[in-house]
Amino acid sequence: MIELDELYREIILDHYRSPRGKKPVEQANVKSAGSNPSCGDEVEVEARIEDNVLKDVHIDCKGCAISTASGSMLAETVKGKSFDEVMAIADKVKKLLKGEIDESDEDFGDLGSLQGVRQFPVRVKCALLAWVTLIEGLKDYANGKGGNSKIMIKTDTE
Amino acid sequence: MATEAHSKTMTTEAVNGLDVDAIKADFPILQEKVNGNRLVYLDNAATSQKPNVVIEAISDYYRHTNANIHRGLHKLAELATEAFEKTRRHTAGFIGGVDTAEVVFTRGTTESLNLVAYTWGEQNIGEGDEILITEMEHHANMVPWFMLAQRKKAVLKRIPVTADGYLDLSGLDKLLTRRTKLVAISHMSNVLGTINPIREIAERAKAVGAVVVADGAQSAPHMPVNVPELGVDFFAFSSHKMLGPTGVGVLWGRRELLESMPPFNFGGEMIRQVGFDNVSWAELPWKFEAGTPNIADVVAFDAALTYLERLGMENIRRHEIELTEYAIARLSEIKGLEIQGPNDSSQRGGAISFTDPDLHPHDMSTFLDTKGIAIRAGHHCAQPLMRVMGKMATARASLYIYNDRADIDALHDALVEMRRYFGL
Repeated sequence: MIELDELYREIILDHYRSPRGKKPVEQANVKSAGSNPSCGDEVEVEARIEDNVLKDVHIDCKGCAISTASGSMLAETVKGKSFDEVMAIADKVKKLLKGEIDESDEDFGDLGSLQGVRQFPVRVKCALLAWVTLIEGLKDYANGKGGNSKIMIKTDTE
Repeated sequence: MATEAHSKTMTTEAVNGLDVDAIKADFPILQEKVNGNRLVYLDNAATSQKPNVVIEAISDYYRHTNANIHRGLHKLAELATEAFEKTRRHTAGFIGGVDTAEVVFTRGTTESLNLVAYTWGEQNIGEGDEILITEMEHHANMVPWFMLAQRKKAVLKRIPVTADGYLDLSGLDKLLTRRTKLVAISHMSNVLGTINPIREIAERAKAVGAVVVADGAQSAPHMPVNVPELGVDFFAFSSHKMLGPTGVGVLWGRRELLESMPPFNFGGEMIRQVGFDNVSWAELPWKFEAGTPNIADVVAFDAALTYLERLGMENIRRHEIELTEYAIARLSEIKGLEIQGPNDSSQRGGAISFTDPDLHPHDMSTFLDTKGIAIRAGHHCAQPLMRVMGKMATARASLYIYNDRADIDALHDALVEMRRYFGL
């Protein structure tokens, strides 16, 4: 059960049981919906960007413990960060999940707990869903589309 | 596989005619350890495991028989052709003694259904025509019809599913109209396990002149199927869910219809004569088998059919009714667990979907996997049904000939442990 304990670390279960970022965002200018067609998980991310900073983030995950916890951590982490900072964090999370960096390499906070997912390759997609959904929303915002992004996560986990 | 009537410690399985221990011994993969545990394989609705006789038939074919079929004049070509056509005869017998010329080999159920959509459908569906499916269809028996309807500006209608997992036929008379050209129904649901009253539906569909397609992917492996008695026009199923290799499917179709249909693919094997400005098609069934088919796997499918017949499809069905009943009873003991589909095991097969109010099916599946228990979690290629059921996804345990009560007990115990693990 050691591997399983790695996957379902206490931090992950805590975020799963009481996900953060549930409060709706007023005047959201980033809206993005993501889904994982292989399992049916769905996530909606909304954010309000003011002066290049994500002032508020809302996330609604309909999915497993891993995708819900990852989304909850996302909401907690990116709030108050600048556009570029958020993109950099998302990139690091991807690298962590792909095994390119370790949780000890960066100051990951709760996000470091996602490292255990690596031992379950089929679950990496779950952890990525919220992040790729946010990134697509931010990209659209940057391109002046700032509207309703809809993405489907690819099975090759990007 | 004798009935073991002399055995002192007669198990329920033995009473029903299946000696599960002996069957297990025929499947090498069931001797493997998964994550350090005995493999408890409960994902049979996705694909079945293969017995030694099938695995050996594939390598025997390549060692001793391999040649292309239907054209060579040498000895091996003759042997290969005979082995291939022997499976066709066997398949025709297996589904109720149909005409061998009506049995078309495809890559799988999905291709069989697409074949009908792209040939019969293209030719016979027009604007404003109606295609009737059910809410419990697998995407394979839904998307081809959806796309056909879109191409032809036809109307796709559906038979609803009741809360307890049956088709709601109360409105069928209204759903079937003079415009209904095609009715496509699953024989057994891959999510709910429900066995649908194909014969009754086919009869009523015929009354309005519709053609009826049955998706037999889940029924053919698990119960006796007599296609002529079902009264349908097309019946599709796959080898890999019934002990055979992947990449082999069957489409049975009524001769008049198959003859009226244009070929699906064009090329070698499916022609009679080719000139520079004219071609004529081969006879049935070869008209629908362009190119070199999956010869080795079709040949090995014969061994799978023999294995199933040796056990007896009636016996297999009885075994699964008994085991499904046991599984539903044991799973019902678990707090909060919600089981989908009919309660009456005589009305259903052994694909048992369930959900836990507090846990996502993916987390359930990952936990069970660490115990060596393979189930499926997700939408089971039936997203519209999931929506009707109000579920994002379900966990599904699906049974077959090599499963026994010990497997169900292992599943039960692991689910109980799972709830403890997640602090529920």
